[in-house]
Amino acid sequence: MCLAIPAQITEIKEDNMAQVDILGVTRDVSIDLTPAAKEGDYVLVHAGFAIEVVDPEFAQETIDLVRQFPELADMEQAV
Amino acid sequence: MAGKDAGEAMRNSTSLPHGDVPMNLAEFKDPELAKGLIASINALAPAHANLMEVCGTHTVAIARNGIRALMPEGVHLLSGPGCPVCVTANSDIDTVIALSQVPEVTMATFGDMTRVPGSTSSLLKEKAAGRSIEIVYSPLDALKLAKDHPDRQIVFVGVGFETTTPLVAIAIKRAQALGLKNFSVFVAHKNMPNALEAIVSDSSLEVNALILPGHVSTIIGAAPYRFLAQKYGIPGVITGFEPVDVLQGIAMLMRQLHEGRADIEIAYARGVMEEGNPVALAAIDEVFETCTATWRGLGDIPDSGYHIRDEYRLYDAVERFRPLIEPTQNPKGCRCGDVLRGAMTPDACPLFGRVCTPENPVGPCMVSSEGSCAAYYRYYR
Repeated sequence: MCLAIPAQITEIKEDNMAQVDILGVTRDVSIDLTPAAKEGDYVLVHAGFAIEVVDPEFAQETIDLVRQFPELADMEQAV
Repeated sequence: MAGKDAGEAMRNSTSLPHGDVPMNLAEFKDPELAKGLIASINALAPAHANLMEVCGTHTVAIARNGIRALMPEGVHLLSGPGCPVCVTANSDIDTVIALSQVPEVTMATFGDMTRVPGSTSSLLKEKAAGRSIEIVYSPLDALKLAKDHPDRQIVFVGVGFETTTPLVAIAIKRAQALGLKNFSVFVAHKNMPNALEAIVSDSSLEVNALILPGHVSTIIGAAPYRFLAQKYGIPGVITGFEPVDVLQGIAMLMRQLHEGRADIEIAYARGVMEEGNPVALAAIDEVFETCTATWRGLGDIPDSGYHIRDEYRLYDAVERFRPLIEPTQNPKGCRCGDVLRGAMTPDACPLFGRVCTPENPVGPCMVSSEGSCAAYYRYYR
């Protein structure tokens, strides 16, 4: 139930609403909870609301961390 | 090296105003990255550890990706009380059913609530009997129903953890701003950290580490879980939902167990900030206050639920309609309560797959697609 899907804001509308593109589908969502969201931003959408602005750089940082993991494990084993 | 190409695309996309979200997520499904993490998990795993996931979306992600079978011997993945529909007490289900029987009321609810059996009925049975019940995707859809049907009283069924609670708070505030007199909410919202304390302090359960929910934490951040590490010595990692996310979360837990540490860490940096979403937390706090809530399987837990503050009492459906609620009966033989505490696996329940199936569910854990019993039925039989 706590599923949230990444989407990209294509247009900020009136009344704290925004049009988003969710995997190719267009929908209007509330940005009451992400007042700083602007056109072009990625947001996590849960039940018709943007609940967070996603920074794509954080996704890259996570992948970089994951890449380091096996070496860490090897080091631990070696100790 | 598909992973490398996807990484290249992701780096490029960050500099473009219209990047491609699916491309960004591709690496979180990359088998090579998954293999590296599985090697780490194997290298770091202690001889024995019980890990509990406390989010229904994790339950499904673990089952669908076959992650349970990838764990080293001695490492067990347990499902906890992470399915909001499943932990909703029978007395609350009965209240929802009673509200649906009020003649002027139209219930607006997320779909999986309609099939959950109460003591003697369900919303689906009520709908078959002619009651007005609408399945909605968002609380905003319920507001629209209220606007479009001024002759009907729209009651939204507010079930869910902190991910959903602020949405309902905003819906109530929007109803107030619009002056809608025909919108109210049945509130059975719950919060996660206090239920986790009930789990880790139960001496009959042995939970050694927690796979913490991604989108609950988008709202509340990491701080509300810290006491679990500090007071109970239980490590926790906030984890996303792609296969690489889940494996990374497990690998980070293994590293903590290996190093003898207990911290609350975030493996889902693209979805969770340390401080959560302060706007959402303020919305919850403005409209709701915490109260003791009854959880199926866990009983009454202080401060683990929400009710509407006096200032917004006008939007409380139970206050508005005071429906007559039937005496609560729990389904005979159903062990959902034990399954939700992680005290029993679904297939150990005598009803599982025989009397209780997704087509004919006895308890809520078989009803919701996120319920442990439904996940076991679909993926492990």
